[in-house]
Amino acid sequence: MTTGAIDNLADKAAKSTPFGMVRRMRGLSDRAIAWLFIAPTVFLLLAINIFPLIWTVYLSFTNFRANQPGREVRWIGTRNYERIFGSEDIWGYLQATAHFVVWTMVIQVIIGFGLALLINRNFRGASFWTTVILIPMMLSPAVVGVFWTYIYQPQTGIFSYIIDFFANTGALDMIGSVGLAPWSIIIVDTWMWTPYIMILCLAGLRSIPDYLYEAAEIDRANALQKFWYITLPRVLPFLMLAVLFRGIENFKMFDMVVELTSGGPGSTTELASINLKREAFEKWRTGFSSAFAVILFVTVFGLGNIYVKALNRVKS
Amino acid sequence: MSINDERRDEGWTRYFRRGPWENGATVLIAIGVVMLMQPFSLWLYSWSFAAILMGTVGFVIVSHFPE
Repeated sequence: MTTGAIDNLADKAAKSTPFGMVRRMRGLSDRAIAWLFIAPTVFLLLAINIFPLIWTVYLSFTNFRANQPGREVRWIGTRNYERIFGSEDIWGYLQATAHFVVWTMVIQVIIGFGLALLINRNFRGASFWTTVILIPMMLSPAVVGVFWTYIYQPQTGIFSYIIDFFANTGALDMIGSVGLAPWSIIIVDTWMWTPYIMILCLAGLRSIPDYLYEAAEIDRANALQKFWYITLPRVLPFLMLAVLFRGIENFKMFDMVVELTSGGPGSTTELASINLKREAFEKWRTGFSSAFAVILFVTVFGLGNIYVKALNRVKS
Repeated sequence: MSINDERRDEGWTRYFRRGPWENGATVLIAIGVVMLMQPFSLWLYSWSFAAILMGTVGFVIVSHFPE
């Protein structure tokens, strides 16, 4: 497009602006106009994010119950926090969360890195298989939770059938068994999110220049030495980024587990966020659950800081 | 700014550099998260939030230190 055409277009746009608005805008500085444009976003951010956050922090110091609006709201100081940090039940839910986070991370890193090494070999049909592997990541966690309940059905589910076929275990009740239920959510999360780890590892592998491997060849380095001294250090920042991101996401995990096990059997798979929802909307202990939410928020915020730091290191 | 002021600033930034303080805050957050979710000691669990909070607030403050 020529300069003249651009000028014509600008003239047309300027003429189409209502005269009243032109008169009002003419007196404003560039800075004021910039503020005018970002004001709706700032307002929405304050109304949807910042105000509820401050309100939650306030509620965490009170005995407020959302199902009893007429009840007097009393300031009880840090009593909600003391209850949470003296409660062995909440400690148990956080341990269940830790079990879920640690095992999903370990398994996903091993499988994801392995798949990335495989896909990086650029074999025939590699791009097709990359797409196939990525499909689970694109599904909704709630939908995944629902259809894995069918897969896990002890009598009719394919999972039980396959395990029974190879290991002769009989009907395997993955969701109903206390010992197996924590592993059932780990398996589903691994199935769904390993592709994410794979993609980030693949990005790391593709960023390694070939001359490093050529130099290693000249120095007669074996495959293990090349992996240990070239591949792993180059992929490690990407891997750390993936682990931190998925770790934070799994710490907050809710929808998939609710659909799959609803925290059961008993409270075996009751993760921190599921218990938070129970405290807030089933037991209606709003002040208590606000304190719990603040604790989870500060933890995620702290981990988020580490994540941003790792991200900057990868960028540099 | 006088030469003395510059020297005083150098002395300040020598101790309040972003890198090591940020690493310290990061380690504190990580220790706090481990304390929060470990299955061994209720006492560690009770003090975990204090560690995470100190680390997080510390991180926000020290991230404004000069490089």
